Amino acid sequence: MEIIYERPESLKDVRTHYCAGCGHGVVHRILAEIVDELGIREKTVVIAPVGCAVLAYDYFNFDVCEAPHGRTPAVATGMKRVRPSNVIISYQGDGDLAAIGMAEIIHAANRGERITVVFVNNGLYGMTGGQMAPTTLIGQRTATTPMGRDFRECGQPIKVCELLSQFEGVVYAARCAITGPGNIIKGKKMLKKALSIQLADLGFSIVEFLSACPTHWKLTPREAVQYIEEKMVPCFPTGVIKDTIK
Amino acid sequence: MARVEINIELCKGCGLCIEACPKGCLKISSGFNRMGEHPAEWGSDEMCTGCGLCAVVCPDCAISIYK
Ligand SMILES: Cc1ncc(C[n+]2csc(CCOP(=O)(O)OP(=O)(O)O)c2C)c(N)n1
Ligand code: SF4
Ligand code: SF4
Repeated sequence: MEIIYERPESLKDVRTHYCAGCGHGVVHRILAEIVDELGIREKTVVIAPVGCAVLAYDYFNFDVCEAPHGRTPAVATGMKRVRPSNVIISYQGDGDLAAIGMAEIIHAANRGERITVVFVNNGLYGMTGGQMAPTTLIGQRTATTPMGRDFRECGQPIKVCELLSQFEGVVYAARCAITGPGNIIKGKKMLKKALSIQLADLGFSIVEFLSACPTHWKLTPREAVQYIEEKMVPCFPTGVIKDTIK
Repeated sequence: MARVEINIELCKGCGLCIEACPKGCLKISSGFNRMGEHPAEWGSDEMCTGCGLCAVVCPDCAISIYK
């Protein structure tokens, strides 16, 4: 018998600290597979965020730098400008990107930095105990919205890909749902395209992953996947939102 | 016929592979791993086609497939 699937070289052979069924693990794996497929392991640098993915440097088998509190796009900008031949990936959660670091992401996108953003949207702050994020759904109960998010008090969920798509420097923005195999494979294609765009030096690219946080949603991993399909996708439509390089 | 290997120390027993498998080859084991979790268990090389869908959904990259 021949091996037809095994752990990608870009993923270290260690157990992650993520909870059972956490979407971060799937996003790590598809990113690692793509880095292997494109043969860019020696020149890839991920900038890890604050949040549950803060320890990503323990898991990826390529260079990882840590920049807390939404500043990964700023660090990524510096790295890409100094070392343009490297592949620079800003890996961010929704609290990190859309709350704490909203200024950094908007300006990096507007400048059209030739970086790729991997945006993991699980609708709340996972690491700190499940508080509301800008992406929390209307009516969703979190540690800081115990009665459910109310528009008049907390505004609407921010659609990051649509928001950033208005900037000319953003050449690719796409959203996928980490649910069943079909959607995961679609998401992988999107991320591969985003990285190919960076390799061709064409502009800023972002892929948003609707991703499970079973722990703070207080659901089983299976129910969490259903929750993405039934509750998150209607608010955050999946598909390619902007693609100027068809 | 194909064979699936599960690294039980990486697996946390989330059960998503069981959902994904079209052939019903996977289940939660009655045994434990070192972390005290019940990992997934594969048990049917007659049914398994090696389609790889279990590996596609696994958040812990605990699955290798042989064909
Ligand atoms: C100055 C400061 N403010 C806030 C925090 C707490 N903090 C840690 S992670 C995080 C956000 C995590 O949320 P998200 O980006 O959604 O990532 P997730 O954990 O859900 O993947 C915050 C606010 C901190 N550590 N330091
Ligand atoms: S708290 Fe949520 S986001 Fe963090 S590791 Fe657990 S499931 Fe994943
Ligand atoms: S390879 Fe396909 S048929 Fe075999 S266990 Fe995995 S999902 Fe089931």
